[in-house]
Amino acid sequence: MEKRVVFNNRWLPYLLVAPQLLVTFVFFFWPAGQAIYQSAFIPDPFGLKTQFVGLGNFEYLFGNRYYLESFSTTAIFSVLVTVSSMSFALWLAVLADRVIKGSSAYRTLLIWPYAVAPAIAGVLWLFMFNPFTGIIAWMLFQVGYVWNHNLDGGQAMALVVAASAWKQISYNFLFFLAGLQAIPKSVIEAAAIDGASFWRRFWTIIFPLLSPTTFFLLVVNVIYAFFDTFGVIHTITQGGPQQSTTILVYKVFADGFVGQDLGSSAAQSVVLLVLVGILTVVQFRFIERRVHY
Amino acid sequence: MAEIRLEAIKKNYGRTEVIHGIDAEISDGEFIVIVGPSGCGKSTLLRMVAGLETITSGDIHIGDRIVNDLEPRERDIAMVFQNYALYPHMSVFDNMAYGLKIAKVPKAEIDSRVQEAARMLELEPYLDRKPRQLSGGQRQRVAMGRAIVRKPAVFLFDEPLSNLDAKLRVQMRLEIKALQRKLGVTAMYVTHDQVEAMTLADRMIVMNAGVAEQVGAPLDVYANPASLFVAGFIGSPPMNVLSHEIRPGREKLDPGAVIGIRPEHIDLVAPGAGLIDFDVAFCEPLGAETLVHGVTAAGDKLVVRIDGAVTLPADGVPMGLAIDPAHILAFDASGRRSEV
Ligand SMILES: Nc1ncnc2c1ncn2[C@@H]1O[C@H](COP(=O)(O)OP(=O)(O)O)[C@@H](O)[C@H]1O
Ligand SMILES: [Mg+2]
Repeated sequence: MEKRVVFNNRWLPYLLVAPQLLVTFVFFFWPAGQAIYQSAFIPDPFGLKTQFVGLGNFEYLFGNRYYLESFSTTAIFSVLVTVSSMSFALWLAVLADRVIKGSSAYRTLLIWPYAVAPAIAGVLWLFMFNPFTGIIAWMLFQVGYVWNHNLDGGQAMALVVAASAWKQISYNFLFFLAGLQAIPKSVIEAAAIDGASFWRRFWTIIFPLLSPTTFFLLVVNVIYAFFDTFGVIHTITQGGPQQSTTILVYKVFADGFVGQDLGSSAAQSVVLLVLVGILTVVQFRFIERRVHY
Repeated sequence: MAEIRLEAIKKNYGRTEVIHGIDAEISDGEFIVIVGPSGCGKSTLLRMVAGLETITSGDIHIGDRIVNDLEPRERDIAMVFQNYALYPHMSVFDNMAYGLKIAKVPKAEIDSRVQEAARMLELEPYLDRKPRQLSGGQRQRVAMGRAIVRKPAVFLFDEPLSNLDAKLRVQMRLEIKALQRKLGVTAMYVTHDQVEAMTLADRMIVMNAGVAEQVGAPLDVYANPASLFVAGFIGSPPMNVLSHEIRPGREKLDPGAVIGIRPEHIDLVAPGAGLIDFDVAFCEPLGAETLVHGVTAAGDKLVVRIDGAVTLPADGVPMGLAIDPAHILAFDASGRRSEV
């Protein structure tokens, strides 16, 4: 049954949604419009005038090896961040769900990383992994492994993935824990009596019943990996070495603000916009269908 | 098929002891009902038998094994929960087949067992539905079906009918009893409803505050309650409790001691013609019977159950009460039955 509110005053409803619309317009539609507009121009080297090039910026982008590499970097990065932070958070939530004593203390501690700003999280991990002064880099060296993410692209990727995933774990943990606690205890007990081992219960009962939470977190995490990890990457690797950690959103920044190629940067923003749109549609259309309830 | 033996079962939650040592023997195929007020530890006791709670001390035997340290799945039991605890994301068929699949029963046999249970419980049209598409009574049947397909040695029920409406409860009560008889499985059934306990039980365990007050067949417990608590808990309306002696030729009761008399063991007669006198306060006509409430000459409140066809006495009218002294039970100050 749909619940409808009836307003007597004609203008009141518009007035009430106006602030939200205004915010959406100023911070989303206007910049998005600007990006679309600017993506059709290239400025001259001194930034004095611009020249209309139509789809030229896009043509150039998709012929550009670095841009295409940034696509696959983003894909690898997002999958790694999403999968590792979600699975680690789920593991913690399952453990915390079994603890009754002191669970609120664990919960509070586990939430802290979420309150850390991305740039700070990046610096934190950078300190630990600094090739010359970082304690973990030093410990790795003691066991014979040379850590230098300034030279090794794989290590750089691992580090930004770890820092980004770590920051998101708290958020995922909270939702997973709430999801787990919403599953009636007796359902799990019934499965135990039916003979299911812990892992069997997990995969056949708990995990399917968590799927609405998992789906929601999947959307949130992919979007996080795409956009909110900028601060982490900027503080740890600045997209290097050799662009090995330059994800799309970082490239928008690098080309636009560092490289001053505003036309290309705008075109990249438009591509990102379209990409996120497609991702969201795909997730809702195809994955949500397989979610229970 | 198995008998169950409970030996000095205790349960602590932290420092608090909630079950204070319970002994019981349940023979093969017997329907035993654990009855008592809410919070007295019935579920805890049942869950210890199921293996869902650890046992603080004592032994639980199922068949010829001590099962104290066995996992629920190793105990050869099935349990029906109060909220049914169906798997919400599985069809009715899969709910019932879940345990069989885990036990690696061949597919054809799973099929035939589930179909048979569905036929017995009239669930055949609903096998493809999800639990949320079923009514309360149907969910209840699925929970039963899930228990019977596994052919366990023991059925455990934790208030399985308390979420149903009154009419359905009566109907399901009969069905559960019939099913248990037909399958010949030992059953332990927890309820706070004394009528349910009376109608279902071969024998019942009346529990109060973590102690088994009395174990026995329903009618024995009814006729011969071991304590004031049992006398008050079993039977509706409860046994009358008088703090003044009415038996002929006896002195006053000891301090704190009381006597009890069931409402149906009293007859209304003319004033002065009975054992004691009584003022009618009001009547509750229930159709087949009428409950007459009033106060004795000594000041004890009392209820008399009379035939519904008899003309009702008017409120405030003095009457006499005819009582066979053989039906009067005595309880000492601690609430235990006493011979005097
Ligand atoms: N997990 C628990 N922790 C602490 N106390 C509990 C727990 N479960 C039950 N109890 C206590 O044990 C007593 C018996 O509970 P329970 O067996 O559920 O009663 P019943 O089923 O007879 O209503 C109650 O006083 C209850 O508060
Ligand atoms: Mg209970």
